[in-house]
Amino acid sequence: MNKTYLIFKHEFLHTIKRISWIIMTLIVPVLALLGIGIIALVTTLSEPGEKEIKAIGYVDEVGIFNDQTSNGFTKLIPFDSKEDANQALIRMDVSEYIIIPADYTSSGAIHRYTLEEELITSPITVAIIKNFLTGNLLKDKVSPDMVTLIVSPLNVEVTQVTETGDKTLEQNNIANLIIPGIFSLLLGIALMFGATSLISGLGEEKESRLIEVLFSSVSVRQLLISKVLALGAAGLLQVLVWLISAPLLLYLASSTFGGFMSNIQIPGSFLLLGIVYFVLGYLLFAVLSIGVGAISSNATEGGQLSMFYTLASFIPLWFSSLFIAFPNSSIWVVLTIFPITAPVQTMLRLGASDIPLWQIMSSIGVLVLSIMGGLYLSIKIFRMNMLMHGKRPGFIEIFHSLKNA
Amino acid sequence: MKAVEVHHLFKSYAGKTAVKDLSFSVNPGEILGLIGPNGAGKSSTIKIILDFMKPDSGDVKIFGHQMNEGCKNQIGYLPEERGLYKKLTAIDLIVYLATLKGMDKVSAEKKANVLLEQTGMLENRKTKNKNMSKGMGQIIQFIVTIIHDPKLIILDEPFSGLDPLNTEIIKNIIGKLRDEGKAIILSTHQMNKVEELCDRVLMINKGQAVLYGDLKETRARFSKNSVQVNVVEEFGDLPGVIDKKFNKDSIELVLAPDTTPQIILDQIRDRGLTINRFEITTPSLNEIFLNIAGGNHE
Repeated sequence: MNKTYLIFKHEFLHTIKRISWIIMTLIVPVLALLGIGIIALVTTLSEPGEKEIKAIGYVDEVGIFNDQTSNGFTKLIPFDSKEDANQALIRMDVSEYIIIPADYTSSGAIHRYTLEEELITSPITVAIIKNFLTGNLLKDKVSPDMVTLIVSPLNVEVTQVTETGDKTLEQNNIANLIIPGIFSLLLGIALMFGATSLISGLGEEKESRLIEVLFSSVSVRQLLISKVLALGAAGLLQVLVWLISAPLLLYLASSTFGGFMSNIQIPGSFLLLGIVYFVLGYLLFAVLSIGVGAISSNATEGGQLSMFYTLASFIPLWFSSLFIAFPNSSIWVVLTIFPITAPVQTMLRLGASDIPLWQIMSSIGVLVLSIMGGLYLSIKIFRMNMLMHGKRPGFIEIFHSLKNA
Repeated sequence: MKAVEVHHLFKSYAGKTAVKDLSFSVNPGEILGLIGPNGAGKSSTIKIILDFMKPDSGDVKIFGHQMNEGCKNQIGYLPEERGLYKKLTAIDLIVYLATLKGMDKVSAEKKANVLLEQTGMLENRKTKNKNMSKGMGQIIQFIVTIIHDPKLIILDEPFSGLDPLNTEIIKNIIGKLRDEGKAIILSTHQMNKVEELCDRVLMINKGQAVLYGDLKETRARFSKNSVQVNVVEEFGDLPGVIDKKFNKDSIELVLAPDTTPQIILDQIRDRGLTINRFEITTPSLNEIFLNIAGGNHE
């Protein structure tokens, strides 16, 4: 049987049996399900039941707030005095009460009393009170429809059109950034775990001299190419698990949260490019990790050296708020083409806007060339330094490795 | 055809010579002992033979060819510092590394079980390597080295850390492998093992061969003209004896150049003395080693 395949199989199984890989793969759907469940539970517990009507007491010292006291879910009950309202609150006849002072029309201030410990007034309560006050203030001046419009005057619907004026197939939506954003973050974390896993494996083989036994059976090229491919395959399996679970999670999320979650669209190109960049990202980091593994004196030092490129891969996420504000800046183009940041940056951009084909082709081209060039150099460095452990070669020795191997 | 031929090998690191004009060969069916003090160049020589690194000049041939991927399946190598994949079981590790040497999985498992039984390790076949003692791990690595029936076996300190029982088991297997026609290079500090096992010896010092040849001939070449005797009675002065050295249970009689051990034995018998021991003195390999290496041995 082909030795490259045998090592690939061994390394692949070794990688996917690692606790860190299993946790990383399963934690995404599990945490997402858990998150959806917790939010659904909190929402259910916080919301009044279907037939339960929330009662809010009020004391009207102005004398004009006697209409719009019920909206189907909430009933506003008038009291003559603060003392009466307070007694009702203590008896739990009302969940809270408000005082509309005599100078309200000039000050705009009201006082709210509740038995609950709250950091801020719930936005739902604020909306109920606001609607009640606005409706009563305008009741004899404008039509009920106008009142509704005044309460909620703006609902912007943006439609992206092509240069010919046709509606584009996929519409921009801030919610569309959620999936690519999460995916980018996961990609960055997965690459970090992958790099650490490879370096630690190589470190173990070097320190135990098992690497010598392996090289007495196979060539440096066979061993390293197998390791790189195995890590890439493990990355592909990981992203497939995530992508398969994504539609289910999205369905659950939209049925739980509704609203903007229902509007999330995963661009078709995102799925395909997601897989491509995930695998290329894994391969690039595997190649870099082999180079680092070759020059590291032990696994710990290798892990520290790998932080340079694993942290660099997170640069697009560090500046994601800038990216949302200025999505067309040329800096994002640079980060899309720079191989270390390309996977994460491209995933992020795919959620926000279309990326010109030339940029995607350049990005993939540079990544592929980097992987091939990196593999060539890493094999050279590894060949010269594979027998070293406990001592890290200096720059001159690394240079000689590249020159002489 | 020779199993290994090394011709005028030179290797230096950062201006320091590790191997200097080293030439030797190993034949099928023999064990060559590779000995030398620390930093003598033994490990560098082994790594050049295995093609882990290239020599500055000179060449190495394995079964008449330059090292290539095909040759690798005919070589078994046991490194000095040994490690195993900690999370694999003994059988999984042996089978994996055997398949990398060209064996199919079924044959590898079958042969592994035979070797595990021979070494008394069969009941540990499913034990994870991280749960094994150092000695058990070394036995597993030894099995990995020979499982694929290699024609050339390179063993770097195969007995280090082994208890006497396991040492004897490994020693017997090595002897058997030699009898089967395998070429074996045995690098060790344990001179008694070299004396017990090796047919020829190569001593390296400062990268150069300082001693190379048949073990018996070498010992004869370094032998002194003396005998060890243990006689019950006092025997006084004997003609032809130029010096006496008193040891714990014998006396070493240093003979004049024209005196043979037979002449001395005849003289003692003629005097009617009771002889408990009469032995021609041959230097141990350790003595030869110390003599040549100037006491700077590992």
